[in-house]
Amino acid sequence: MNGKLVTGGLVVALLLALALTGPWVAPHDPNRQDLGQIRTPPVWAGGSPAYPLGTDSLGRDLLSRLLWGARVALVVAASSAALAALIGVPVALVAGYTRGHVDTILMRVVDVWMSIPAVLLAIALMAVLGLGLWKVVLAIVVVDWTRFARVIRGEALALREREFVEAARAVGLSPARVMVEELLPNLWPLVIVLTSLEMAVAVGVEALLSFVGLGVQASVPSWGAMIAEGRGYLMVGWWGMGLPMLALVAAVVGFNLLGEGLRERLDPRLPTAA
Amino acid sequence: MAPSVRFLATRLALGVLSLWGVSVLTFVVLRVVPGDPALLMAPVGSTADDVERIRRDFGLAGPWWAQYGAFLGDLLRGQFGRSLWLQQDARRVILERLPATFELAVAALILSVAGGIALGLVSVWGRRTWIESAGVSLGTVGIAVPNFVWGLLFIVVFGAFLRWLPISGRVAPELEAPEVTGSALVDTLLRRDPAAVASVLGHLALPALALALPLLAAVFRTVRSDLLGALGEEYVVTERMKGLGEGRILGWRVLRNALIPTTTLVGVQFGFVIGGTVLIETIFSWPGIGQLTLEAFQYRDFPLIQGIVIVYGIAVILSNLAVDLAYAALNPRVGLTS
Repeated sequence: MNGKLVTGGLVVALLLALALTGPWVAPHDPNRQDLGQIRTPPVWAGGSPAYPLGTDSLGRDLLSRLLWGARVALVVAASSAALAALIGVPVALVAGYTRGHVDTILMRVVDVWMSIPAVLLAIALMAVLGLGLWKVVLAIVVVDWTRFARVIRGEALALREREFVEAARAVGLSPARVMVEELLPNLWPLVIVLTSLEMAVAVGVEALLSFVGLGVQASVPSWGAMIAEGRGYLMVGWWGMGLPMLALVAAVVGFNLLGEGLRERLDPRLPTAA
Repeated sequence: MAPSVRFLATRLALGVLSLWGVSVLTFVVLRVVPGDPALLMAPVGSTADDVERIRRDFGLAGPWWAQYGAFLGDLLRGQFGRSLWLQQDARRVILERLPATFELAVAALILSVAGGIALGLVSVWGRRTWIESAGVSLGTVGIAVPNFVWGLLFIVVFGAFLRWLPISGRVAPELEAPEVTGSALVDTLLRRDPAAVASVLGHLALPALALALPLLAAVFRTVRSDLLGALGEEYVVTERMKGLGEGRILGWRVLRNALIPTTTLVGVQFGFVIGGTVLIETIFSWPGIGQLTLEAFQYRDFPLIQGIVIVYGIAVILSNLAVDLAYAALNPRVGLTS
């Protein structure tokens, strides 16, 4: 066990626990407006015990919104990372194992894909697709599958020269079976590490899209939208922007530490994510 | 053909290919809209005639291959069409705003490379002390937190509470002067106006640092692990036996070797810096094409958006090309063969 793995694991576990229990733990409906309690500070800063972390400019409970926001962040992170892996890994396997023209063409496509800045592509997609949680997931997958493709293809390229792969080929296994039965099991550690790192990225992108108003619908509490909302009354109180920012930073650092900790534990030689 | 010429030619050809790919991707993304893109672009209250006019003006009428032909033809002539929102030539709008973005991105690049290397040297020099742990923590947090969050944090801490630095625009309004080069810093330096230079640097500081931090952290970590690895190598041991001080060893022999992986890293990551300008410019009211991007989306100004995406694509491709060249220059053995 290393420090990164423990710290990252704890943060992610806590986040998961809060997201899972959120609907029962949350003291209020996240969208319920209490217009008599607008921009109430957290309880330790002179607020009301009914709203432990204060309220926003519509009198909505920040704690409840943060808890529901954690669900959004985790659902988006887990599903977009899994789907990006589901596209990126097969592309990487085929490119790395087949080599030659197939590899060249696939990797050119990846290069071109990566020459459009990720943020810009995600924003463009959301602008044409419209708002929504699953559209955010789709946008992140479209942008980020290349991260898996590029890194894993490099490993697959190295693995295919190893003896056990040659042996499998010599026995007459079909390319598809060599890829799935021989290459893939050896690539799992890297896939897991990249998935964890991708979850950090996805949490950040979801927050960013919701921050600029191109993420989930306004009725769904999201940290990014909360940050944007809190920014509007920053001069009145720090909590509206500060608390969701804190949650976001904890989540991205947590997933990142978990990914790096896993890398050190599973295989210190593994390449870093591009 | 000399290897260096062939290397350059291959890279250039790949750049052109990437650019074509970017144009295809832009064309496709803006046309796979569920529903009618012309309808999406039309302002609220448009008549059927208005929608038809938009469809024609924007080249959305006819079969897709004819549309793509017209699109590519315009692109080759450097035309992006007319901005629906600003009612101006989209290319002109973009070119007017481009220097501000360029200045910000270059400042962020310099900050992240210089800052990352300096931090790497300091943390290795102070290893096994609090300096190292502070550096390592900063590296971990810096690499994970997206740059728009850094931007907001800086605005709160240095702009709103401490009031140390300005948080919007490029220069204090009273010091504004006509643009000459497009770079506010170069302009004020040319005018030899110290107050204006200070104002420009002050305005540049926070957005550039926010944009730079994730890359700065990545450079720091690469340089650090490289320096630590190199300290155990034979040539360093030899130099130490020759009586060279720690500072001299770290400063030159070892650092030069650490520059090669740093260059690769910057090449891979600089696209994120360029993309980061979209949010950072919006947050800091920086008048570049990043700020323009979100405005163009709000107004569903697709000709302008197309132009911006292409220009961003060109920027990433050119910077990749520059990194390839730097890599080849630093490491002649490796660079020219691939």
